[in-house]
Amino acid sequence: MTVAPKREDYDVVVIGAGPAGLAAAATSAEAGLSTLLLDENIGPGGQVFRAIASTPVTERNQLGADYWVGADLVQSLRASNAEVIHRATVWSLDRNLDIAVSIGGASAFVKAKRVILAIGALERPFPIPGWTLPGVMTAGAAQTMLKSSALVPDGRTVIAGQGPLLWLLAAQILRLGGRIDRILDTTERGNYFAALPHAFAFLTSPYFAKGLSMMREVKAKVQVVSGVTELAASGDGQLASVSYVAGGKRETIPTDLLLLHQGVVPNVNLAMAAGIEHRWDDLQLCWSPVLDASGNSSVAGIAIAGDGAGIGGANAAVVRGRIAARAAVDALAPASAAKLPATMATLRSDLAKAERGRLFLDTLFRPAPQFRIPSGDTIVCRCEEVTAKDVLDSVAIGATGPNQLKAYRRTGMGPCQGRLCGLTVTELMAQARGKTPQEIGYYRLRAPVKPITLAELAAVPKSEADVKAVVRG
Amino acid sequence: MSKNVDAIVIGGGIHGCSTTLHLCLAGLKPVLIEKDYAGRHASGVNAGGVRQLARHIPEIPLSIRSMGIWEKITDLLDDDCSFESHGQVLVAEDEDELAVCRARVAELNALGFTHEELIDAAELRRLVPAVAETCPGGVVSRRDGAANPAQTTTAFRRKAERLGATVREGVAAGNIRYSDGLWHVDAGSESFAAPVLVNAAGAWAGKIAADLGEPVPVETVAPMLMITSRVPHFIDPVVILRGRKLSFKQFKNGTVLIGGGHLAKPYQDRNETVLDWKSLATSAQTVFELFPVMRSATIVRAWAGIEAKMKDDIPVFGPSSRHRGLYHQFGFSLHGFQLGPGAGAVMAELIVNGGTQTRVSDLGIDRFHPSTL
Amino acid sequence: MFRRSEQDKRPQVQIFVDGVAVAARQGDTVSAALLASGQDARRSTAVSGAPRLPYCMMGVCFDCLVTIDGVGNRQGCLVPVAEGMQIEIQKGKREIGR
Repeated sequence: MTVAPKREDYDVVVIGAGPAGLAAAATSAEAGLSTLLLDENIGPGGQVFRAIASTPVTERNQLGADYWVGADLVQSLRASNAEVIHRATVWSLDRNLDIAVSIGGASAFVKAKRVILAIGALERPFPIPGWTLPGVMTAGAAQTMLKSSALVPDGRTVIAGQGPLLWLLAAQILRLGGRIDRILDTTERGNYFAALPHAFAFLTSPYFAKGLSMMREVKAKVQVVSGVTELAASGDGQLASVSYVAGGKRETIPTDLLLLHQGVVPNVNLAMAAGIEHRWDDLQLCWSPVLDASGNSSVAGIAIAGDGAGIGGANAAVVRGRIAARAAVDALAPASAAKLPATMATLRSDLAKAERGRLFLDTLFRPAPQFRIPSGDTIVCRCEEVTAKDVLDSVAIGATGPNQLKAYRRTGMGPCQGRLCGLTVTELMAQARGKTPQEIGYYRLRAPVKPITLAELAAVPKSEADVKAVVRG
Repeated sequence: MSKNVDAIVIGGGIHGCSTTLHLCLAGLKPVLIEKDYAGRHASGVNAGGVRQLARHIPEIPLSIRSMGIWEKITDLLDDDCSFESHGQVLVAEDEDELAVCRARVAELNALGFTHEELIDAAELRRLVPAVAETCPGGVVSRRDGAANPAQTTTAFRRKAERLGATVREGVAAGNIRYSDGLWHVDAGSESFAAPVLVNAAGAWAGKIAADLGEPVPVETVAPMLMITSRVPHFIDPVVILRGRKLSFKQFKNGTVLIGGGHLAKPYQDRNETVLDWKSLATSAQTVFELFPVMRSATIVRAWAGIEAKMKDDIPVFGPSSRHRGLYHQFGFSLHGFQLGPGAGAVMAELIVNGGTQTRVSDLGIDRFHPSTL
Repeated sequence: MFRRSEQDKRPQVQIFVDGVAVAARQGDTVSAALLASGQDARRSTAVSGAPRLPYCMMGVCFDCLVTIDGVGNRQGCLVPVAEGMQIEIQKGKREIGR
């Protein structure tokens, strides 16, 4: 059922079949470049168009028109000659553009002339007390189940956090007949003023009207508490209640399911492991790759498109995917570039349109410090079960950055490789040491970016010299 | 205007940190200059093996000296460095390899060294129950063990600082020069002067030596390691092989470290290495054959640290053959971690007393350059 | 915690969770099927034994780790169910070599 790549070399390998990857692969293949699209999920769509080709949610209005845009992208991809492999986990990419990918329990190596990373985003860590309890999940997790399996919350459900996805999810859950008991909005009141200067661009962007109507739809059916300044989950081995403070008043409500969300951040693991330079983004509060206008990174031959290039949303991701692919075509087969429907200039103006209103959203939904930088016994590293206090204790005895911290506490050394703790560790250490996140830095990430079994690694082809080598160093 | 200190140590690996600490213990005020941070390269990311087993004969006295310090490491550093002593076992995979082991142990015994002990299949199985049944025996060094390398190197740096050493991290040592009986070294905006200069700069030490007129046959290498997710405890000693490249160790937390000297491609100027997965696959294959229980374990991370390897695989250790006050301590060739504590102690003796009881004369840079002093 | 919407018309797939038959739907991931089953699917961590359920459902948190058809530490949120699939909930460090 699972198939290995047909060739060992490709002009373009695209990693990730979300909006950016679908667009990039289709564009590259349309221009006649040999194109391989590798994606970890069961089907195309990434997160935003999750299960676009298989969703059991047949009533189209329930997921919304923005979702079904994904179907057209899949259509274009299928009409192209791109080779597409799903359930393909890329676990190594290096500066020689050598790619190791695990498919159906076996690893293959392919080489590309250009790599387009469309690795997307993940939800920002939301390290509140009790966030590791069974019954606490991300809003994105609930949305994934809703889209791919038509599953909706049916116990006592609380959604907490902020940002456009939170309202979209709430609307979708309600449309499918799911249950939401309360929404706890953690947007900082001060952010409304800070975002004001960017309001005009936002008001004239498509986000505005859609966002407003969705909030109205949800608020008509669910109690919404705004100005939430503290949040904690508790229970004995299972979530039992959520307690929060709003307007200086604490309230505790019995809860079976808590869905957390405070925005998304670039998924940097594969890009960083490939040696691509990243910088701290002070507005979006995350690491973003250093890219040129075509998405080219600091490693020759690797471009990044989509939210992995810095959060821009699905529409921008599609355009960025096309730009990166077009740049690859210009470099590898300039004569074929004329075949493509859109010129680079058109694409750049599309991108400007798609990014309109983003500054407003980023400013308004900049998460509050207390929800990013925990204290005391709150777990920072879920894998190794390291608390904020443990991190601060290590700083006190000499840990100066995330990599030194690993030696003291093993933070980031578990299977998630820092995806759920890295930003927290950087910001926590920056605060404790009076430095900027840029100065503190991030984990040095290494392959395999996803674990592989020893048996799988043992089965890959070895180099001749190593098989013969018998001298121990 | 240079700041006067008693000694300048270049390089914050375990060797530079250990020498700095031992100079402090001898009452000196040294400065340690490290271009990144202590333990950034090989010293912080090696396999952590504390091994006397299977060493080159010229470095055995230094290794034995070091072992004595390792066994009291908490007293020295106020940190246990996660040091555990469950022995190290060298496995012979067939009778021919066992014969080589037998000859080696006899050779060591003739020289008066008794730390290596020949073991038969039954004792091998007792020490390492999970090893493949076809292995006929091997060699054990029972006092050996392993420690956490980053924790250890950091502990040396921290203790040295507490005892009065000046530590400068994140600034490269530059403009090294000798005038009026003092070594002068710039570190960022600062400048230090001292009668003693220790070159412990690891992969960067060969260039320093060459710039000072003592080129040696050294290359930069990056041995690769990989580690598994936590699995239930199944092995105590560190295991190495006689024939194939493998070292194998399970930590208290359950993770299993797989190393053995397959090399990544180092990009020294960028502090970067590119892993060679086809070689790591060879390591995985070896583990697959020797430890069938490991087959379903997952590899969660692989990496490589940059270090210096001498052509003759023996470190450069001791005074310069050309310059007064200059000492070299580098080129540990993939096996310097265990030597760190002892080498620092001996180096401090060489600097402070002009000599040492520990035999290190085979390790000097004069094996490449006749002394002009 | 979750229930299926009536409009879901996908065919059923039978899987086994620690030996107990569970009805999933074609296209479910293992993690979605477990969460929909109403059974106690909490694994316990290798570090402290703390109970966990899937957190992100998109392949990044590794809290959905599960043994599938004898292979341990699989990300249940990335693997689709298949008829007769044997799922084991992981308790603590996963045994190797059995």
